[in-house]
Amino acid sequence: MPGPADSASPGPARPDSAVVRDALGVGIAVGLSGFAFGVTSASSGLTVLQTCALSLLAFTGASQFALVGALAGGGGPYTAAVGAVFLSMRNAFYGIRLSQLLALPRAVRPLAAHLVIDETTAVSLAQQGQRAARIGFVVTGVSLYLLWNLSTFLGALGAEAIGDTATWGLDAAGPAVFLALLAPMVRTTTHRAVAAVAVLLGLGLLPVLPAGVPVLAAALAVPVVLYVEGRKAQRAQQAPPDSAQGEDR
Amino acid sequence: MNIWTAIAVTVVGCYAVKLAGLLVPAGALERPLVQRMAALLPIALLAALTAQQAFADGRVLVLDAKAAGLTAAALALLLRAPFLVVIGAAVGVTAGVRALAG
Repeated sequence: MPGPADSASPGPARPDSAVVRDALGVGIAVGLSGFAFGVTSASSGLTVLQTCALSLLAFTGASQFALVGALAGGGGPYTAAVGAVFLSMRNAFYGIRLSQLLALPRAVRPLAAHLVIDETTAVSLAQQGQRAARIGFVVTGVSLYLLWNLSTFLGALGAEAIGDTATWGLDAAGPAVFLALLAPMVRTTTHRAVAAVAVLLGLGLLPVLPAGVPVLAAALAVPVVLYVEGRKAQRAQQAPPDSAQGEDR
Repeated sequence: MNIWTAIAVTVVGCYAVKLAGLLVPAGALERPLVQRMAALLPIALLAALTAQQAFADGRVLVLDAKAAGLTAAALALLLRAPFLVVIGAAVGVTAGVRALAG
């Protein structure tokens, strides 16, 4: 994971090999967690073929988990699918950032789009310069895709042999993956405020909104925090300088 | 057949969403507010996802062994452990707590 430790390395441009190493680290680690998805999906009642089709064609972990969870919980096919697609809306925002960062030729975009997920975005954003970002995106995306699908297949096959996946703590892999992706993104007070408000919205609305919607509603944390910040900045401007209390960083 | 319907809608929807992001014209991104939002939205969504997967079972909030696992993952992150170690800590501690409690 390209964490803060790596940014301590001297010089702005890191060698390609370092970028490849980071990208492979994420690709392999997260790719292997496809095993947990395969097991979860198969034990939710999907066939091996259905499970593998999801990993091959949808390829966005959280949505896949959400879909099989909703189906197992008795949700109708459309409700379950809409929840899963809602959950993947964040990939559109990732894409907006990535298209700037990677400056991909139009012809490549339909193919690259399939690889726009949390992990490829996190690795690309952590790099400095377009070349490193592109290497990070491709290496993370391809290694993760291959391993995610291979381990999904093995997990679906092995679901019966493993028994109850919760006994093995495999259900904790999902949130741990998200936390590891989130950590390097959260650097300023604003970032922390957005994360905190989003957690409150995501958990607080869970009992009252349909599955999948609370995560989208958590996006409201951004305008809320930006609005509060704007108000603070206004007040700081109006007040005399030595009485400014809320220091903004 | 129901499940295949759900899979088909999910696959088409997820791909459309991904492609839409990449195809937004660059001109739309010049405004500083849009750029700020695009930077902050992933943080909000990932934070909400993390919390839900750790503290929710369906639509019910729960506090179980996963919370201990996530705490272990957070500690591993603070210690700058590699990615696989972070995930391994979460899985291992969760399994361990369940074994002790069960």
